Amino acid sequence: MAQHVASPTVTTPVVPAKLPLKDIAPWAVFFGVLMLVLLYFVGAEQGATSVVSGEDVHEWVHDARHLLGFPCH
Amino acid sequence: MNSATVRNLLVRGMLAGLGAGLLALIVAYFLGEPNVDKAIGFEAAHAPAHEHEVELVSRSLQSTAGLATGVLIYGVAFGGIAALAYCFALGRLGRFTPRATALLLSGCALLAVYVVPFLKYPANPPAVGNGDTIGKRTTLYLLMMVLSVLLAVAATILGKRLAPSLGTWYATVAAVAAFALAIGLAYAFLPVVNEVPGDFPATVLWRFRVSALAIQITLWGTFGLVFGELAERLLHPKPVTAATARPVAAPH
Repeated sequence: MAQHVASPTVTTPVVPAKLPLKDIAPWAVFFGVLMLVLLYFVGAEQGATSVVSGEDVHEWVHDARHLLGFPCH
Repeated sequence: MNSATVRNLLVRGMLAGLGAGLLALIVAYFLGEPNVDKAIGFEAAHAPAHEHEVELVSRSLQSTAGLATGVLIYGVAFGGIAALAYCFALGRLGRFTPRATALLLSGCALLAVYVVPFLKYPANPPAVGNGDTIGKRTTLYLLMMVLSVLLAVAATILGKRLAPSLGTWYATVAAVAAFALAIGLAYAFLPVVNEVPGDFPATVLWRFRVSALAIQITLWGTFGLVFGELAERLLHPKPVTAATARPVAAPH
């Protein structure tokens, strides 16, 4: 008990500072789009829509697509 | 300075996503793959003889390297997106430490990104689903996912708005109830998809879906813990030294 009273700064919850929106926005836009493109290739390419012709992408990620919950075929 | 923090969090998010993807891959391989194989066995037994197509990618590659590619990219991509959402959530959700914020965000992401869409449009093994409706099913699934994420964000904002008048507890209860109501309406009005063949084994379907859920719980749970740890060390290096200094201060 005594050591808790002795060091009140340790028990005080540390609320992190907010990051300004203008600092997040450029990263969010660029990497947000990039990540969504990656998800598109794992989840939907050569299924509902095709950017690359053929079936190779679909067949390669076939099992992942089923197990990650995306409609596959 | 703050822009560098965003970059550092993003990098850590993608790394944590990769680590979480590795664990999810283990779950996918050992729990998920046996059911995929059983479903393919069912499909092969029921397909007319002329429909056996030439394999572009062999089964052994699909179930190992192909599965790994998909799951790891999924982990890194959602890790990056979650890290960006985290940059926004940090300090804006309430009195949560960086580590607690990460786990909270991760839990909400599991619900909004996966569990809510899954309850309406669950994962299906091979042999379940008509190839002609793939466009409609993909649209509905993505629509449900986007709707669920947007409603979760809206519910969070609602909770923050109500907090000053209702108090944090009742504001949270009200926000969650509003989310549940909106999701319930979406479930009721979006079309039903049921393309399970009548003689498809029910246990295989059940086990496949449970294993799909286990993959996501592993992924988001690991991500929340690992990313939380990395973010805590990045944002608050001091509490770690204060904690180690405590036993020294105790004898006095």
